[in-house]
Amino acid sequence: MINKSLVSITDYSKDDYLKILQVAAEFEKNPNQKLLEGKVVATLFFEPSTRTRLSFETAINRLGGRVIGFTDANSSSVTKGETLKDTIKMVTNYADLIVMRHPIEGAARYASEVASVPVINAGDGANQHPTQTLLDLYSIKKTQNTLDNLNIFMIGDLKYGRTVHSLLMAMSYFNPTFFFISPDELKMPNEYKFFLQQHNIKYYEYRDFMPIISEADIIYMTRVQKERFSDPIEYEKTKNAYVLNNSMLENTRSHMKILHPLPRVNEISQDVDENPKAYYFTQALNGVYVRQAIITSILGMK
Amino acid sequence: MKDKQLIVNAIKNGTVIDHIPAKSLFKVISILGLQEINNQITFGTGLESKKLGSKAIIKIADRYFLDEEINKIALVAPQAKLNIIRDYEVIEKRVVEVPDHIQGIVKCVNPKCITNNEEVKTKFNVVSKNEVALKCHYCEKITDQDRIVII
Ligand SMILES: [Zn+2]
Repeated sequence: MINKSLVSITDYSKDDYLKILQVAAEFEKNPNQKLLEGKVVATLFFEPSTRTRLSFETAINRLGGRVIGFTDANSSSVTKGETLKDTIKMVTNYADLIVMRHPIEGAARYASEVASVPVINAGDGANQHPTQTLLDLYSIKKTQNTLDNLNIFMIGDLKYGRTVHSLLMAMSYFNPTFFFISPDELKMPNEYKFFLQQHNIKYYEYRDFMPIISEADIIYMTRVQKERFSDPIEYEKTKNAYVLNNSMLENTRSHMKILHPLPRVNEISQDVDENPKAYYFTQALNGVYVRQAIITSILGMK
Repeated sequence: MKDKQLIVNAIKNGTVIDHIPAKSLFKVISILGLQEINNQITFGTGLESKKLGSKAIIKIADRYFLDEEINKIALVAPQAKLNIIRDYEVIEKRVVEVPDHIQGIVKCVNPKCITNNEEVKTKFNVVSKNEVALKCHYCEKITDQDRIVII
């Protein structure tokens, strides 16, 4: 992992995942470790994402590192027509590590080929967001005490949701059983189902989760967006079928936890928030420890 | 039958590429860069073919191809057959094979891909060869057979 960019979740092996999770657990116990003293990390946000940026910058600050960069393309030279290549070449001169988010898909892979320092992808359009996936894994492991043999429910937009696709790939090492619950228009794409078949991983598809909710170890909620539907009437008919509220959780397993990549709109009612099974805010906090683990592993400090 | 024989053998030395789907003729020419060489080139198209419906054939005098050069045309002419000609005789027959990796040549189907937004050469891993499917090295989207656009 040392000096190796993290662009796609498939860049890392199962052992890499487990190592990151273990180091993240150490940071959770002791988050302030000045391992990055004297180091400079560039956070280049070619599109704004406050949530992800704050998480990374908190991680860097807790490690005692310095941050340079920009928060959106408007405040950088990108608006003057500079190519990504030139921006990356320049920043490479200043920083020990680059964290970047970019609206164009494949931008992070390209940057990792241009840069002479490692690049961490903090989201490239609809493509990849591997640190999110690793924090999802960490949250699952922490709440279930294992990653193996779990029943993972994925609910909502399974067609466009990049977080569910990456999580599916990462979890495939741990013999899960997947339950895909979505409207017909937003079903899990065939390429991922094919991948699961090849790896002998069981999955089931449903339109409604209530009859089976008692089987869930993890419920991973995603947002169903109106603009994803070709037929607005279809959206109106289905939108409330993928909303979780507190009364639905009565017959769920005691250790079951609800995850969500956030931001949430209305797919989880606020009355769920007080339920101990709601885990999405802690999940977000875990992101800091996981990012500390990723940064220090890449820089060879852990 | 006699006519076809004649077409195939009509050059003294060089390469004959047969069984090109007629619609792919100009793509093959551009992939091999034939528009830029000075060799004598003749081609025929709209020829009858049981397998392809309508096929094209290209004859290039005094030119032989390496596997890695010729395999690029498998993307648009997967059933192409090569006859290597020396002294009017077919001395070798070859078929094309889709390579494992493709650089350049093909455009990524995803308009939001970096290769369609900056000057970045496309790169693909070939994930399926029968029905050709190319996975973009950058955006990781699949460009399938029907959507292949030659740059
Ligand atoms: Zn692409």
